[in-house]
Amino acid sequence: MTSTVGYAADPRLHWAEGVPWLLALAVFVLLPDYLSLGARILTYILFALSLDLILGYAGIVTLGHSAFFGLGAYVTGILSAKVKVTDPLLLLVVSALAAALLGLATGAVILRTRGLTQLMLTLAIAAVCLEVANKATPITGGADGLSGVTIAPVLGTFRFDLFGKTAYLYCLCALFVSWWLVRRLVYSPFGATLTGIRENSVRMHAIGAPVYGRLLTVYTLSALLAGVAGALLTQTNQFVGLNVLGFEPSGELLVMLILGGVGRLYGAFVGPLVYLIAQDVLAKQFPYYWYFGIGLMLVVVVLFARGGLLGIADALLARVRGPR
Amino acid sequence: MTTALETRGLCKSFGALTVADRIDFRLEAGVRHALIGPNGAGKTTFVNMLTGRLAPSAGQVLLGGEDVTRLSQAARVKRGLGRTFQINTLFRDMTVLDNVALGVAERHGVAGRLWRPARAYEGVREEARALLATFGLEDVGTQRVFDLPYGKQRLVEIAIALGLDPKVLLLDEPAAGVPSVESERILHALERLPREIAILIIEHDMDLVFRFAQRITVLVQGEVLCEGDPRQIADDPRVRQVYLGERHG
Repeated sequence: MTSTVGYAADPRLHWAEGVPWLLALAVFVLLPDYLSLGARILTYILFALSLDLILGYAGIVTLGHSAFFGLGAYVTGILSAKVKVTDPLLLLVVSALAAALLGLATGAVILRTRGLTQLMLTLAIAAVCLEVANKATPITGGADGLSGVTIAPVLGTFRFDLFGKTAYLYCLCALFVSWWLVRRLVYSPFGATLTGIRENSVRMHAIGAPVYGRLLTVYTLSALLAGVAGALLTQTNQFVGLNVLGFEPSGELLVMLILGGVGRLYGAFVGPLVYLIAQDVLAKQFPYYWYFGIGLMLVVVVLFARGGLLGIADALLARVRGPR
Repeated sequence: MTTALETRGLCKSFGALTVADRIDFRLEAGVRHALIGPNGAGKTTFVNMLTGRLAPSAGQVLLGGEDVTRLSQAARVKRGLGRTFQINTLFRDMTVLDNVALGVAERHGVAGRLWRPARAYEGVREEARALLATFGLEDVGTQRVFDLPYGKQRLVEIAIALGLDPKVLLLDEPAAGVPSVESERILHALERLPREIAILIIEHDMDLVFRFAQRITVLVQGEVLCEGDPRQIADDPRVRQVYLGERHG
């Protein structure tokens, strides 16, 4: 397998990296009835991508990533419904900055700890965010959610339509830009040091790396992207509910990423795609039992394919090509 | 001769247990200096205090005459202090080249760059390659370091530290766990390290110590028992009793 990290990794685009984008465009043309599901999947891919950056590359295990996603969602929702700021790109930027700020502040605390302590702290932060949103009813709508979100046309031209065409392409563009940034980051020297920290932080200290500063940087960037994903969710749904915060969306996201494959960049694409489609299909067929199917899928992946679905694909490809 | 590394009254206690007791130690520039002592003498604790991984309970660490006692590990590395580990402390799933390149990039101050691909930093890569070549590892640069035989992994340990361009190099049992045939190769690599680097080596292999070191300090129960050139140490009756007596019967 060729590495995507390090000083010998080839940063040029491989043809296979174009497949997700072609597929996404094909869906737009061929499956116009599925565009709102598609926009949701694209949003979650971005969210998963932000998690992969800290979990897959830097090795930070978190169950509180929804804090940033939820904050992004609520900042957009509140600004639109209460302050009447409706420009989507402006909302995107403000939400991203808010989430990044929260990432910086909470990262400064949790990244001083490790292992189980760190995991519990991320969980606690997500829980606090959920409770704040729940109690601040006048601003957030509390358990009823926040409605009355209106979003102006993108760039003043592209109106969010009923069929989700604009929403889909808008999410696709946001994902594309984010993916491009993350990809650059992963291939950069900074990306290599993140992997170094994940592999052996003791050695990273011994070669003079400012480990804490690097982790805080990547945590903040990851929070920023999660904030963008949250903002996208609000803009395309025109509603925010409490379900964007707390343990559940964090855990669900982790499941998606593990399903797709951690630390591979494209695991974040495959995981949400498979998970959300399975959810959609299974929930229609077996409204009461659909979680069983998801659970089964996760058990199989964790037991037999630690690299996730992409890991399985890699192994199959290697077998087809034969031993080298 | 100038002093590359010095400790003054260095102490470390864990509760009632004292593992370093007023250690006064000097490592002169360009000298090969060995630190020996029976198991549990506090050698690794001493090294960890030198590098800043452990904070001393009392005393000072001076690097090139500058008090670095309160400085972080990273700050000490920047001032020219490199180390290796007794137990391989490598980036297991990364390539041999990247293991070395990470350190070189830190030294060049480019490791935190987030935009250009790592591969574009040809200076870093070339330097890492050249380092691998000096250790006879040029053919395994693209291999995962964990796939290397143990003896070669020990060489990567040293190559990483050397990539930091240290003025002072702390080698914590470089031949630990290596079969005697291969320890010859490690000694050979050690002998070819640049002369201007001051080296403190901790080692149990007495053959290696007496062939390599110009000065030897004996540490027993956290205290310096004695210091001298290899002949003095070999002839010292106290050393024979506490240390060599124990190990060589």
